[in-house]
Amino acid sequence: MISRIKEKFRELKEKKKKAFIPYIMAGDPSLENTRDIVQMLEECGADIVELGVPFTDPLADGPTIQMASERALKAGITLKKVISFVKDLRQGTRIPLVLMTYYNPVFKYGEENFVRDAKDAGVDGVIIPDLPPDEAGNLIRSSKKASLDTIFLLAPTSTSERIKKVAKASRGFIYYVSVTGITGSRLLLDGSIETLISEIRKYTDKPIAVGFGVSTPEEASAVSKVSDGVIVGSAIVKRLHGSHDDLKRYIISLRGAIQ
Amino acid sequence: MPALKELEEAFFQSKQDKEFQKELSHLQKTYIGRPTPLYFARRFTEYLGGAKIYLKREDLAHTGAHKINNAIGQTLLAKKMGKTRVIAETGAGQHGVAAATGAALIGLECEIYMGTEDMKRQALNVFRMRLLGAKVIEVPVGSQTLKDAINEALRDWTTNVRTTHYILGTVFGPHPFPVMVRDFQSVIGKEAKKQILDAEGRIPDYLIACVGGGSNAIGLFHAFLLPYVSRPTSNVKMIGVEAGGEGIETGKHAARFAGGSLGVFQGCKSYLLQDDDGNVLGTHSVSAGLDYASIGPEHPYLRDKGIIQYTYATDAEALAAFELLSKIEGITPALESAHALAEVVKLAPTLSQKEIIIVNLSGRGDKDVQHVARIKGIDL
Repeated sequence: MISRIKEKFRELKEKKKKAFIPYIMAGDPSLENTRDIVQMLEECGADIVELGVPFTDPLADGPTIQMASERALKAGITLKKVISFVKDLRQGTRIPLVLMTYYNPVFKYGEENFVRDAKDAGVDGVIIPDLPPDEAGNLIRSSKKASLDTIFLLAPTSTSERIKKVAKASRGFIYYVSVTGITGSRLLLDGSIETLISEIRKYTDKPIAVGFGVSTPEEASAVSKVSDGVIVGSAIVKRLHGSHDDLKRYIISLRGAIQ
Repeated sequence: MPALKELEEAFFQSKQDKEFQKELSHLQKTYIGRPTPLYFARRFTEYLGGAKIYLKREDLAHTGAHKINNAIGQTLLAKKMGKTRVIAETGAGQHGVAAATGAALIGLECEIYMGTEDMKRQALNVFRMRLLGAKVIEVPVGSQTLKDAINEALRDWTTNVRTTHYILGTVFGPHPFPVMVRDFQSVIGKEAKKQILDAEGRIPDYLIACVGGGSNAIGLFHAFLLPYVSRPTSNVKMIGVEAGGEGIETGKHAARFAGGSLGVFQGCKSYLLQDDDGNVLGTHSVSAGLDYASIGPEHPYLRDKGIIQYTYATDAEALAAFELLSKIEGITPALESAHALAEVVKLAPTLSQKEIIIVNLSGRGDKDVQHVARIKGIDL
C-alpha cells in the first residue's frame, strides 16, 4: 500500500509543485477549533497537515509552540485524544496527516500500540523530534509493517554519516531543520539551505521538506524553490488566536508563495 | 547528535591526555581545595548513640558544594574543544555558581538558566552568579524549576552549538553526560576510600548520600564499586535518599523510585514522575537541588542490581537534620545534604558502635539560611 504522503509528493512532482505543510497544535484551544482550522487549511490548498501533540516539556519548540502546548494540556488533550480526534477527522477528509509528538508519550503508550492505533485512526506519518533514528529501531520496524511513515530530522550541523542514516530511516519525507535551534527561530536566507539540501540530495531522492523559522510568504517562496515542501508552524500558531479572516488571508498568501 | 559525538570524543581523549589530567588535578588541589576532609562527627555520633559517623566534607570545596568538581572538569574540556561560551542550568544555584566560577577561572562567556521559582528560593546564589560575571536567565515556563531550566539550556545549546558547550550539572541527560559527570565526581569516593582506610583501617559499612539528579551520590559510591561489574568492593551498603517532600501520599514530592515509573526524558531513559499519558509531573521539595522529576540513569541500573537502596526523607525530616547538625557539630549542611543526614538520624541508632557510616555532606547550608528562616516565619 502506497502511503498518502508518498502519493502526495508524487502528484506534486508531476505538476512541478511544492508541498505546503502547515502545523497546528491539536486542541489549542479546543479540538472543535482544530477541526475547523484543518478544514480551512485544506480548503486553502494545504497538501499535508502536521498536528502537534502537547507535551509538558517540548524541548525542540520555541515560546509560541510551548505556550500552545500548555494551552492544549490545560484543555486536557493527550496523545490518546489526538489519535481518536484523527479518527473522527478522517470521516471528512483524505488529506495526509502527520503527528508531531515527543517520545515519552509514545513510550508510555507503548510503541506497538501507538503504531497500531495511529494507523487505524488514519494517521499517515509521525515526527518525533527527540527520537534519533539510532534509538528508533523498534518504532521504525513496526511502523514500516503498518505503513505508517516515520519522518526524521536533519539539521545544518548534520554530518554525511548522519544524513545517510536519517535518509535511510525516513519514509514519506525528510524534515530539514533550516536553522540550528528551536521552532520559530529566525530564518537566515543566505544560500546555506540550498547548499545543505544539495548535500542531502547526494544521498537520497526522498522528498525534503524544510521547517523551523519559515514565517513570511517571501521566506516560504525562497525555501520552496530549493526544496520539495515548506513547513510553517509557529507563524500560524501565533495567528490562531486572532481573527479567522486574517488567518485565512495569511494561509492563502503562503499557499500562493509556495510553488 | 553531532555535538554529543564531538563531546564524547573530546571527553574520552581528555582521559588519555596527560596535560589535561595534570591541569585538572592541579586545579583540584590548588583551586578547589582537594582533598576535602573526611571528618569524624563525634558529637553527632554520641547523640545518635549507634554507628560511627564520618562526614565527607564537600561543603568545604571551593564555592561550597561538590558541584565544582564537575564544573571545573567541563570548563577545561570546553576550552580544549575551542568553545568560547558555556551555558548551564541550575536548581539550587550551586551548579550555576560552580559553572560561573569555572568560566571566570578559564575566561569563558557564561549564561545560566534558572527557573523563576528557584530564583526566589535561592536569591543569594543568583547574586553570586552575577558577581562572578555570569548572566542569569530566568525561565518562567512550565514548573519554573530545574527541569524547565534544563529544557531551556538544551534549546540554547541546539541553537548555539558551534560556539557553546553545555555544562550539564548532574549525571543525567544524553550520553556522554552521565558517564562524564560521574568521572569528574568520582574523586569524592576515591578520596573517601583512602581516608577511611587511614582512619579506620577498613571499608565502611554504609555510604549515604542524597539523590536529586544523583551526581554527589554516584561520586561517592563509584570508587566502592568494582570496575565493569558494578558490584560493591566489600559488603558496603549504599543508600540514596530522595526528596519525600510533604510525603509520598500527598503527591508533593520528588521521590522517583517511590512514585515514578520508566520514562524517556531530556535525552535518557530512567525513572520519571509522570502521568498515565507520559506527561511529566510537577515535583516538590524544600530543597531546590532535589526538586527534579527524573534521576540519573545509572541509579535505576544499580538499584535493579540490588547494589544501591533508595529511600526518602520528608521536608520536615530534612529541616530537623539541618538544625541538628548546625547545633551539635557547628556545621550547617545544605538542605539537599540534610536529606542524607535525616536518613543517618534514622539509621545510626539501630546499628552497633562498631559499624561505620560515611555520609556525603555534599554542600554547605549558607545558601539555605534565608529560605529556612522564611519557613520558620522569621523575617531577616
